[in-house]
Amino acid sequence: MAVTTSALYKSGHVAGFEDVPFEEKQRLFDEVRADMRFPDYLYGCYECGICVAACPSARFYDFSPRRVAQAAAREDVELVYQQMQEDIWECSQCFSCVRCPRGNNPGGIITIMREVAVNNGLASAKEALEGYSRIIYKIMSTGTQVSPDMLQPDAFPDWGPEVKDVSDNLDLWRRALPPETLHTTSTSWAVDDRTLVELYLIWFETGALDMIKGVDEGLHMILEEVMEERLEEEGIER
Amino acid sequence: MTIPVEALLKKKARFQRDPERVPEDFHEELFRIEDEGDWIVDRVPEPYVEAPTKYGRPKKVPVAGLWHHKSCGQCGHIPGYSTAIFWVMRKLGLDYNDPRDQTSCTAWNYYASATSNAAAQAAVAMRNFAAAKESGYYPLIHCGTSYGHYKEVREELILHPELRHEVARIMAKLGKPMVMPEEIVHYSEWFWAMRNEIAAKQVRNFEGIAVTVHPACHYYKLVEGDAIYDPDVYGGQRTAVVTGVAEALGAEVRSYSTWFDCCGFGFRHILVQRDFTRSFATMRKIEVMKEEANPDVVLTHDTGCVTTLDKSQFAAQAHQRNVGVPVMSEAQFAALAMGAHPYKVCQLHWHSADYRPLLEKMGIDWQAAWAEFQQDIKRLESGEAEFLTWEDVDA
Repeated sequence: MAVTTSALYKSGHVAGFEDVPFEEKQRLFDEVRADMRFPDYLYGCYECGICVAACPSARFYDFSPRRVAQAAAREDVELVYQQMQEDIWECSQCFSCVRCPRGNNPGGIITIMREVAVNNGLASAKEALEGYSRIIYKIMSTGTQVSPDMLQPDAFPDWGPEVKDVSDNLDLWRRALPPETLHTTSTSWAVDDRTLVELYLIWFETGALDMIKGVDEGLHMILEEVMEERLEEEGIER
Repeated sequence: MTIPVEALLKKKARFQRDPERVPEDFHEELFRIEDEGDWIVDRVPEPYVEAPTKYGRPKKVPVAGLWHHKSCGQCGHIPGYSTAIFWVMRKLGLDYNDPRDQTSCTAWNYYASATSNAAAQAAVAMRNFAAAKESGYYPLIHCGTSYGHYKEVREELILHPELRHEVARIMAKLGKPMVMPEEIVHYSEWFWAMRNEIAAKQVRNFEGIAVTVHPACHYYKLVEGDAIYDPDVYGGQRTAVVTGVAEALGAEVRSYSTWFDCCGFGFRHILVQRDFTRSFATMRKIEVMKEEANPDVVLTHDTGCVTTLDKSQFAAQAHQRNVGVPVMSEAQFAALAMGAHPYKVCQLHWHSADYRPLLEKMGIDWQAAWAEFQQDIKRLESGEAEFLTWEDVDA
């Protein structure tokens, strides 16, 4: 069944994402369900709505952690696919929803759905990660996520004039920090070379680096080159 | 229908947790896995303080010999946060280790982009735990998200031997042992445990300083059983960290109705979809605090919460919203109470919301303090000194 008819679902041309054969949706759902954490995150649903009441994203988006938990529990393959294309990137990942009286973890289910969306290069993942490449590059290649030199007025115009002050005085203000590890500008703190190499090995060995390929091939190529070169310098074989 | 507020409050005063929700103590599994040889349990060093957790299990909070697992957001964008933690520890004369053999937990990226997986996240955690063990110091986690995520990782590793074995394979490749701390300890737990020692060194009077507290979601919602609760703080219904410290310092903690709401950080939203973050932070948090409690300062205990609640206010001012209250960590607040310099230690010039009225209320001449800081900057600029040192900040 490639075309959905129920009023519960949006058909492809309305939904704003490409419809795919049911078998493909089933395959994606099976991938979600196969994650070892899935049974730890889902125990059924009372439909009480406590998760929705606690959810920040539900207040600002057409988003419901209850629907996510229910769709997964009912194994509603069509709705899960729709949520993977439309809903999952609206979640704040605050885990307020884990106050669920059944012990469900809708935020955790969404984490898994996002991973599957990334692994399969879904359009929603590509769109959600547009403009985010710089951050993935930073965390994977340097081991720290938000470096001082990312505080640029053009990137954070809504954060006030202090951002420009920081940017203008960055080198001096970093040197005016008494902890010796914080004199850096391109990383949050000074990370040992050996530590970084160990991190690169983790990305390679767990397949985390390969996950990038489906959503940003260019970024994947750059990261792979940087990491392989560094591992070679250290004489480490993968 | 009128909501029976008084009746509800009366009922809540006798609040007791549902015994069916009490999670099993994970320590039995922790030590069983150690007995099987899958990992070494890193014992909490003595001396430690026993703290009550949400369901009553006592948690050991180590006092000294701590390996500071730093936060990328704190060190990168609000460096007075990390500096204040170190400064307070130094003032109490306690030994610590500020490592370079540490990576971020990488969970901010994971919760934002999902460009990682359970094995990678667990391996990053275990690499850091092993590095702490090798140094002879015990890990103290600065970031609320790192703390929450590492608790998740601990649960996953306990529940899934196949994940444990996969991570063990990777750790062997790195030449590192599998190490799991007996307790995963957040820095705000250390501040709570040491609140009386901190108050004993207080040199500034905080009576009359009104405070609202934002408890960080990843501290007490993710794997809730580890978080510290005290029957004497909010009747044991909210976590006692941060609030316990503010009260010990003599500040007036005021409540507000949306305390359970998150700050609006959103992980990906703060970076690439900030319309949501700004709206939530101002409309559900700052404005509600202002209207219901009118605080002099908002205190919280996590990287993302300080950033979100502080930075979101600037744009809201353009819309004449009811905002304009400084935001900082309780570590910076405690450091100020102990006499820390607002710029050299607490580095408040990295913050956005106007903190100067608060400093004045604390009896701090911020103009003189800024002039002192500028003198130090001139020394760095002229080459007279390369860095500001710990000795400089207390000169």
